Amino acid sequence: MSRASTAKPAKKTAARRAPAPPARLVVFVATRKGAWIFHSDARRKAWVADGPHFLGHTISHVQLDPRDGRTLLAAAKTGHLGPTIFRSTNLGKTWKEAKQPPAFANPAGGPPARSVDHTFWLTPGHAGERDTWYAGTSPQGLFRSEDGGITWAPLPAVNDDAQFREWMGSAQDGTPDGPKLHSIIVDPRDPQHLLFGMSGGGVHESQDAGRSWSTLIKGMEVVEGMDPATVTFHDPHCVRLCPGQPDRLYQQNHCGIYRLDRPGDTWQRIGRKMPKRVGDVGFPMVVHPRDPDTAWVFPMDAATVWPRTSPDGRPAAYVTRNAGRTWQRQDEGLPETQAWWTVKRQAMTVDAQAAPALYLGTTSGELWIGRDEGARWSLIARHLPEIYAVEVAALA
Amino acid sequence: MNVLIPGALRSYTRQSHVDAAGVTLDALFTDLDRRYPGLRFRVVDEQGLLRPNMRVFVNGIGVRELQHALKPDDDVAVVLALSGG
Repeated sequence: MSRASTAKPAKKTAARRAPAPPARLVVFVATRKGAWIFHSDARRKAWVADGPHFLGHTISHVQLDPRDGRTLLAAAKTGHLGPTIFRSTNLGKTWKEAKQPPAFANPAGGPPARSVDHTFWLTPGHAGERDTWYAGTSPQGLFRSEDGGITWAPLPAVNDDAQFREWMGSAQDGTPDGPKLHSIIVDPRDPQHLLFGMSGGGVHESQDAGRSWSTLIKGMEVVEGMDPATVTFHDPHCVRLCPGQPDRLYQQNHCGIYRLDRPGDTWQRIGRKMPKRVGDVGFPMVVHPRDPDTAWVFPMDAATVWPRTSPDGRPAAYVTRNAGRTWQRQDEGLPETQAWWTVKRQAMTVDAQAAPALYLGTTSGELWIGRDEGARWSLIARHLPEIYAVEVAALA
Repeated sequence: MNVLIPGALRSYTRQSHVDAAGVTLDALFTDLDRRYPGLRFRVVDEQGLLRPNMRVFVNGIGVRELQHALKPDDDVAVVLALSGG
């Protein structure tokens, strides 16, 4: 049930400096009905499931703190209860609830008050800022914790700013389960340099740790007939910074795939080189841990009524090895036909091993590994609930 | 007063019925949060509104206004409305 892939892993990446083999790999899976943690050794052949954690809770994201290798945060809510953050300091053996989860302020004279529906995105802070975390919420809000996720404070320059609130629009302007603030990026060279995306509402950048912001939308396209100068109309789905070249950003957008090389300020639409029958719309964007010319997307059907399924029911990743000049299909091992799932924006990632493997979670509850940089796909698990997010970490 | 706690909140209280005090529903949830930290925010949002799928009954009468006055011998039931799938 597999066919030959047209893509091969680039030899140049294998020769790049890679970390020493870890003792084990851990994959964190957030789903509509709970969280799972999958454990393996450095060979990544056999996986042991630990879970469910928080069965019945909607878990939008589970993230490991890379600064200590044992603290986990999980963004949770249920069908009835309000949103919260759970925290573990022993890799999920036990959990404790945040004392003060993300919650909007209500400043006098400000825009209309809002309530957090759910925390959608979690990003650990800079390596030099121990215990700092960022969270993005729905409706769109940006929050920071400086105590490892125990208490959270809103960033007023985003959450209570009249211009930002106009760009955020209303619940009518966002994704079906609410508008999202996502893709919170901390520059590994500078903790003051932050970026985030809003669906919808554009890409934004701060050079002063979030006290002031500028838009970063030049070159990004919008839905036909709308004005690209209007920030509200921009819908970045996922933005990633290249660890191997932090001046390079990739973006999967509602209207194409883009690359931006700083200090330039104009996004280049690199998705035009994708096959026309597949298109260049999807949710996730994945960047290589070392090679800034290598990145992956997982296209979805954006024709007519936007089915948001794999095009033609034939799921595949696409990889570029030259910063978007060409793309190759990677589908060996994936279903050849009648597979109508897709992959959400947080549900695809890559590890940092010498021969990196990709990981993706599907809306149908399957967890896949793409060995040799996506050249060969196989199942880690199936029959999970709808998968919202997948993260991977190497532990000593 | 006696407060009936729904199953979804028993990870906080560990029991179905608890004692708590307050002259209003708002004060009652503040007291419940003091006894069971974190409980209030799961039921009442940061703008002081009962969350959409939570229902509260005082002596069998449905109430959504958190300023609703309470008496010491009232029976309060926190109930989950139908939702989800």
